[in-house]
Amino acid sequence: MSSSITHLQYLESEAIYILRETAAQFGKPAMLFSGGKDSIVMAWLARKAFHPAHLPFPLLHIDTGHNFPEAIEYRDWFVKEVKATLVVGSVQKSIDEGRAVEEKGHNASRNKLQTVTLLDTIEQHEFDACLGGGRRDEEKARAKERFFSHRDEFGQWDPKNQRPELWNIFNGRKNFGEHFRVFPLSNWTEMDVWQYIRQENIPLPNLYFSHQRRVIERHGQFLDAETGFVQLLDEEKSRIKEMTVRFRTVGDATCTGAVLSDASTIDDVVAEVAAARQTERGTRADDRRSETAMEDRKKEGYF
Amino acid sequence: MDLLVNPTESSLLRFTTAGSVDDGKSTLIGRLLYDSKSIFEDQLLAVEESSKRRGDEHVNLALLTDGLRAEREQGITIDVAYRYFATPKRKFIIADTPGHIQYTRNMVTGASTADLAIILVDARHGVVEQTRRHTFLASLLRIEQIVLAINKMDLVEFSEARYNEILADFEQFRGSLENKVNVTVIPMSALNGDNVVDRSANMPWFTGKPLLEHLESVQVHVGESEGTARFPVQWVIRPQSDEYHDFRGFAGRVASGTFKVGDEVTAYPAGMNTRITGIHTLEGAKEEAIPSLSYSITLANEIDISRGDLITKADEPPQHSPHIDAMICWFTEKPLKPRGKFYLRHTTRTVRASVPDLLYKVNISTMERVPGPTEFGLNDIGCIRLRCASPLFFDPYNTNRTTGSFILVDEQTNNTVAAGMILRAVGDESIKSTDEFAI
Ligand SMILES: Nc1nc2c(ncn2[C@@H]2O[C@H](COP(=O)(O)OP(=O)(O)O)[C@@H](O)[C@H]2O)c(=O)[nH]1
Repeated sequence: MSSSITHLQYLESEAIYILRETAAQFGKPAMLFSGGKDSIVMAWLARKAFHPAHLPFPLLHIDTGHNFPEAIEYRDWFVKEVKATLVVGSVQKSIDEGRAVEEKGHNASRNKLQTVTLLDTIEQHEFDACLGGGRRDEEKARAKERFFSHRDEFGQWDPKNQRPELWNIFNGRKNFGEHFRVFPLSNWTEMDVWQYIRQENIPLPNLYFSHQRRVIERHGQFLDAETGFVQLLDEEKSRIKEMTVRFRTVGDATCTGAVLSDASTIDDVVAEVAAARQTERGTRADDRRSETAMEDRKKEGYF
Repeated sequence: MDLLVNPTESSLLRFTTAGSVDDGKSTLIGRLLYDSKSIFEDQLLAVEESSKRRGDEHVNLALLTDGLRAEREQGITIDVAYRYFATPKRKFIIADTPGHIQYTRNMVTGASTADLAIILVDARHGVVEQTRRHTFLASLLRIEQIVLAINKMDLVEFSEARYNEILADFEQFRGSLENKVNVTVIPMSALNGDNVVDRSANMPWFTGKPLLEHLESVQVHVGESEGTARFPVQWVIRPQSDEYHDFRGFAGRVASGTFKVGDEVTAYPAGMNTRITGIHTLEGAKEEAIPSLSYSITLANEIDISRGDLITKADEPPQHSPHIDAMICWFTEKPLKPRGKFYLRHTTRTVRASVPDLLYKVNISTMERVPGPTEFGLNDIGCIRLRCASPLFFDPYNTNRTTGSFILVDEQTNNTVAAGMILRAVGDESIKSTDEFAI
């Protein structure tokens, strides 16, 4: 962190350090990969950490079945590009097997069900660490999250029972059946992620750049009406409009809101993020349910 | 303020904040975030709603930095929380730690990665016991820069005389600190913004920089790149491909100093000499490896090197010994007793260690040493002797924060139970032969 290196160099090196610690300290780690920009940056950093060898862990996609086709296309391209192994955990399968119950109503989302599938997949493959792209600046409950976040044998996060992290020494010791979530991008902000994408010329799914899309406006956000995953009310069907939008996060299509935007290049996006007056999670319906929604989901084992 | 930080020029500063309850720490952080436009509308909205529900008169900026539900209910912060903001000149990471007496461990945790500490005092109360504790801890952890923020100047009529009085009090005990620190004193009002971002018109007698300007310009890590070169090995890269058939890269992050291709180096614990043949990154080969950055290094000879080993320049050997004296801060309810056994994590290495002796505790209010403790309780700080199952290769903490620090991990619970700073190797003559190490 000397004055002679930039903040992006510092953050990059810190993330690489965490990635190498994860590979070294755990027997069977996996990296969560959704096709969203944070997981893309994390996987990009993993390439740097282990070059010229391949990634020493598989990429793990928890598939809600409500994907934007562009995100899946990108995922498959990326996996080939870095010669990684892909493991898919399917929410649809969890529902079919009766492990998870689909939410009902027009606000229904599979976001919460991902937790079941994630924990099942972790158990099935005996993963003992899952790398995630979570950042502390995303949400209040994340501000105290550790780089190495301990989960008990039920996958639960106890905010009161997290290990202190000192200097750059990380403690991944655990008992059988427990696992860790590891967040190499903990110290990155949304702005850092975008600046890094620009600096490194990292290709992204075009969802992140402005495009024409048929959307409906609900609770002040624009939801996709193109993939057919969002359950529309009758009165909403007449309100579908084609708008110029882009996504600030890419997750499950049912709860990821688009923003009106003309930002079609990475420079435009960086400028837009700099001027933005809303956190990116502000465009996610799942965090709006209550003030502590994120914290509650984390305790149950959410990313 | 323009948030379009130029990534090629802006550096990073990590700082921590400390103060007694109600000195205005949360207000100060809230003000820095607010005035640098790092608060978003939806966050502000959520805070406005919470403030209303709690019956606060105006928007409580302090709520912005308050994290989890239990804490919100109790109205206190109980752990380390990290905050981020940026100006066109620099990016900042704040480790926000509470000031209660019982939370020494949180301040130690936050301080371990900080370059600078802001220590708040209430201008009405001046230097209090907590101020001495926080300053002691900052100096113990070797934070390079301290800002003594004399807050609530509006409540003492922005008096220069009061400011000078507090300054004199502070100088009096500063001389007794073990590690020397650079101190900058700034009188302010966090509530009204005086000397936080903008220079205060209420204190024309103060000629120093307002807080933010100081944070943007203060130099840190000046000595790090000139220090002895240290490279703890994290991982060995061995690609299973024809193209890189014989490649064996030692992956790690430079702890201090600079390595160049061609440098004669020694790998410990083997103690074998060799030469650097390449410094590699995905972007290509580099001529030198600099502090804080991550590389993989290739060496001339086939030496058996693995995770946990230390590479140094051949003419800059580290100290080594299985017996060390160290300052520790104890982190858990279950006390440390003599003969306790642990895993000790030092850089990327883990060894088993036992504690034959508790040497003294430090009263962090008076900085007095209390010899002959029978145990260390939660938040206790002091010096212990450690005996490791194999030698540590280290530098004293006062010359190197990375190769001089360690943690102790409980063998049963796997919890991190202590933070340690190595003082020195212990000579054979002072080791009791009765202490048996059972592996
Ligand atoms: N008059 C005055 N009050 C302040 C100032 N800074 C903070 N306060 C008030 O002091 C109280 C405690 O502040 P808070 O930020 O919650 O303190 P913390 O416990 O250190 O985080 C609140 O009522 C603040 O409004 C200041 O500069 N002047």
